[in-house]
Formats: sequence, C-alpha cells, structure tokens
Amino acid sequence: MTAPTATHPPGHTLPAPVVAPLERLRAGRHYDANVYSTVDVHWVLYDRVLRVTPATVDDPDRDRFLLSKGHAVAGYYAVLAAKGFIPVDWLDDAGGPDSRLGGHPDRTLVPGVEIGSGSLGHGLGLGVGTALGLRAQGRTTPRVYVLLGDAELDEGSNHEAIAYAGATGLAGLTAIVLDNASASHGWPGGVASRFTVNGWTAATVDGHDHDALSAALTGHDGHRPHVAVAVDGPTPGSGK
Amino acid sequence: MRDTFVASATGFLADPRTTIVLADISADAFTEAGRRYPDRVVNVGIREQLMIGVAGGLALTGQRPIVHSYAPFLVERAYEQIKLDLDHQGVGAVLVSIGASYDRAEAGRTHLAPADVALIDTLDGWTVHVPGHPDEVPDLLHDAVCGLHSTYLRLSLRGNARAYPKAGGLQVVRDAGAGAALLVAVGPVLDAALAAVAGLPVTVAYTHRPRPFDVTGLRALAGGEVVVVEPYLAGTSTRVVAEALADRPHRLLSLGVGRAELRRYGTAGDHDRWHGLDPAGLRRAVGRFLTRAG
Repeated sequence: MTAPTATHPPGHTLPAPVVAPLERLRAGRHYDANVYSTVDVHWVLYDRVLRVTPATVDDPDRDRFLLSKGHAVAGYYAVLAAKGFIPVDWLDDAGGPDSRLGGHPDRTLVPGVEIGSGSLGHGLGLGVGTALGLRAQGRTTPRVYVLLGDAELDEGSNHEAIAYAGATGLAGLTAIVLDNASASHGWPGGVASRFTVNGWTAATVDGHDHDALSAALTGHDGHRPHVAVAVDGPTPGSGK
Repeated sequence: MRDTFVASATGFLADPRTTIVLADISADAFTEAGRRYPDRVVNVGIREQLMIGVAGGLALTGQRPIVHSYAPFLVERAYEQIKLDLDHQGVGAVLVSIGASYDRAEAGRTHLAPADVALIDTLDGWTVHVPGHPDEVPDLLHDAVCGLHSTYLRLSLRGNARAYPKAGGLQVVRDAGAGAALLVAVGPVLDAALAAVAGLPVTVAYTHRPRPFDVTGLRALAGGEVVVVEPYLAGTSTRVVAEALADRPHRLLSLGVGRAELRRYGTAGDHDRWHGLDPAGLRRAVGRFLTRAG
C-alpha cells in the first residue's frame, strides 16, 4: 500500500508521487472531493497497468488510455507529470493563455493524451473505434482503456457503444467507470449490470484500493470487453 | 450513384487502411465486401453516434474511415460527434450520404436533409463534393479516400444527363460572352439551370465541389451579376461568394431549397417545383433578377 501522505482528499490518502504535482496544479485553490476520486485510478493505470511510457507515446503498439470524463484532468495531469509525460512546470499555469493544459484535455496539445474530451459520452465510441482499428491492423498486444463516470453513463451514446462492443465480442476494450454515485437518477442494480447484460465481463472494486484496482483493470478474459467499476465510497456488497 | 459508390468503396478495401463504417443503411450492399474483409467493413447497427465515434477511433489508429448513411442520420443526428470525434481529435474521415435534400420526398421531413451542406460548412477545412452524375463519383471518392482531411460526399438519385469529370473548379458549360451574368450550378441542378437560361445572356459554370469553393475561378468569370443555384439550402454558399467578390460591386442571387418545412410528400420533381428549382421556377427567378439590373 502507498504510504499515507498529508494532503487534502477526504477519507483516503493519495499516492505519494502524485501529491507534489497535484498540489502544484491546485495552487492553493479549493478542490472538491470529486477531483480526488479519480487520482487512484489514474495512478494505478500508469504505474501498474498501461504499457506506455513517455518514450512510446507514438508507438502503434502502445496501450491507449482515453479519458472520457474530461473534467477529471487534475489527477490526470498530475500523474502524467509524475510519470514524465509532461514537464512538471506545465502545471504552474494550467488554464492560462499560453498553457497546454486546459480544464479539459486536448490531445493535440499534451503528449500522451489520446483524446480531447470534455463533452460527456464521446470516449467509449472513440475507444471502440480504436480497438477496431488495432484489430484490423493485427495488433493484438495493445489494449484500449476508457475512463468514464457513473453520471456520464446517462449519455445514450455510451449505451450504443456498450451494446455493440458486447455483441461483437470486442476483446481489446476495457471500460473503467468511476462510480461516485453522481448520476441524478442512479443505476439501480449497479453500474456493472449495464455492461454484463450485453456480454461484458465486469469487476466492481473499491476505487482507492490499489491492489484491487490493479486486479480489476487486468481482469479481462481475452474474448470479451471488460469493465472495471471503481467505487468511490462504500463498495456495494462489501459491507464497508 | 449509390451503386457506383458501393463498387468504388469496395475496391478501396484492397488498401489495408480503408475501413467502411455503416449504421445498417446500405449494409446489404456491402455484405460480400464484409465477408472478404470482416475487420474492415463495420456495421454498428442503428447507432449513428457510435458510427462517427468509431470512425474517429479508427482514424486515431491510422485507418481511413469511409462512413456512410442516409444524409440526415449521417450529418445531422450526430453532428457533435463530427465536430468532436473527428475535427477536435485532429483526424479525418470520408462521409458519404445518400438521400440528398428530398430524394425520397414521399418519406417526409425525417428523411429530408436540405441543410446538410450548411451544417458541414460550420466546420473548418472540410471538402464537400456534390456530384451531378454517377460517373463523377469514382474520381471524387478516390480523391477523398486518398487524402487525409475530412470530406463530405453527397450522393443523390438526381442528376444531369452527362457527367463533367474533374469539375472541382468552375467549369464553363455555356459561355454567353463578356459582360454576361454568371450562373454557377452545383451538382445535380445543372440541367435545370441550363434549360432555365436558354436564350438569356447568362454564362453557366458547373462545379461538383462547393467546398472549398473555386474562388479564383469565380473571380475570373464573374461580372456584376452572379446567380448561384444549389441543390440544398438556398444561400449555403452566399458567404463564400460574397467574400470572394467583396472588393467589387456585384449583385448576388442565391437559389436553392427553401427553409420552410412544406409538410408535403409527392415526388422530388414536385419539390423542385415548390422550391422554384425546376426550369420554369429558375427562369422566373433569374429573369426577375436580370430585369432589376436594368
């Protein structure tokens, strides 16, 4: 487990290497809890799961990480800086007139960023197309990860992608849903069920437990698309 | 035109970059191609947002997507995907529609797309092809697929009696001599325009590529009076023509499909008449315009 650090997220601690860049980005402003909810997922992806480094951001055989919930940039930029994809001093003027780091990421401005996002419901369709393109090129190594939010699932475009990817057994795709119970009308029966009913495999885990996240993010069976639901807060059925 | 497109597009599948993306429309026509290239003929079902998103993802991996559906479903239903999943990602695709403004007039409003070119024209850097004859389609598709940028190819059941290949730039098909008014006909409306100006002192130029509009050709041919006849929303090209001629006094008449929803079925020919795009309607409009010049 990561050592506890003295920083501000409520209820859990941040991965140590992310603390300094995130503080630099925050620059004294108040961050709401939702900013912190995705930091662990970003960290585990880049620290343990994704086969991509600053040297391989243009390698066609790299894993792809598509941030669909584009507002979750703080943790994303902090992890990209901690892992050397972007210079740490870029964090100092984020959002400024000459900055490459906006409130939503732009793939043409930031090394390692695979898609520009912000408007919800675009990442999973792009991820399906990316997985199809890799498959058409015979690239069986790279995997496509798409991070969404539970409220983002309100957008119908996601359900077009979920149904199609499941029906066609698009094995190279992993969706990650950060579930912080922010969908206005909820997902009775759980987020994962929207995927599994369409033929996906699914794992629902504590969104701040790095070992559990790592296992969930790599839990695909090689034949079907996979979803990892990372719960921010009590995990359903865990008794926590 | 659709048959020509299907044959040409299937041929492009020999290039491993080519990927055809469908949303059920015309899927039957690509069944054989799909058997041969199962990973590169993708039918996502009736899911137009996904269709464009998939095209964007494919392009991000270096594939060249040809995306095809009925015009309103291709361009209007998933406009934000076109804006964000293609343009904002910095990648391109070839969008090919059928149905045009009112090819299936009897189907009613849901299947009419007179505003498609105007909507695409809100985006930056797109090429728009509007062929007026099936024989113009293969070259246009070839240019589009071999490029890197985004192209909209608008196919129609309507058309002219003969093909004018390589008419990206304005091609003079009727020269009325110096000082004559210039009529620019885009795609399938050429024959009606030619019939409309019979006996009038009007030079007629044809193009099947309204974007980028041939500004140089326009400036070379235009005098003080310009008429633009387009098979989609009237005025779609007014902006580019006005900008091209901003430094000289001129009068401009923009003809095309009207904005109002007619709530009438009938045939495409009926709609031509109701929108004043039949030879008689065009002649009335052009005649009034030229008379006012005196």
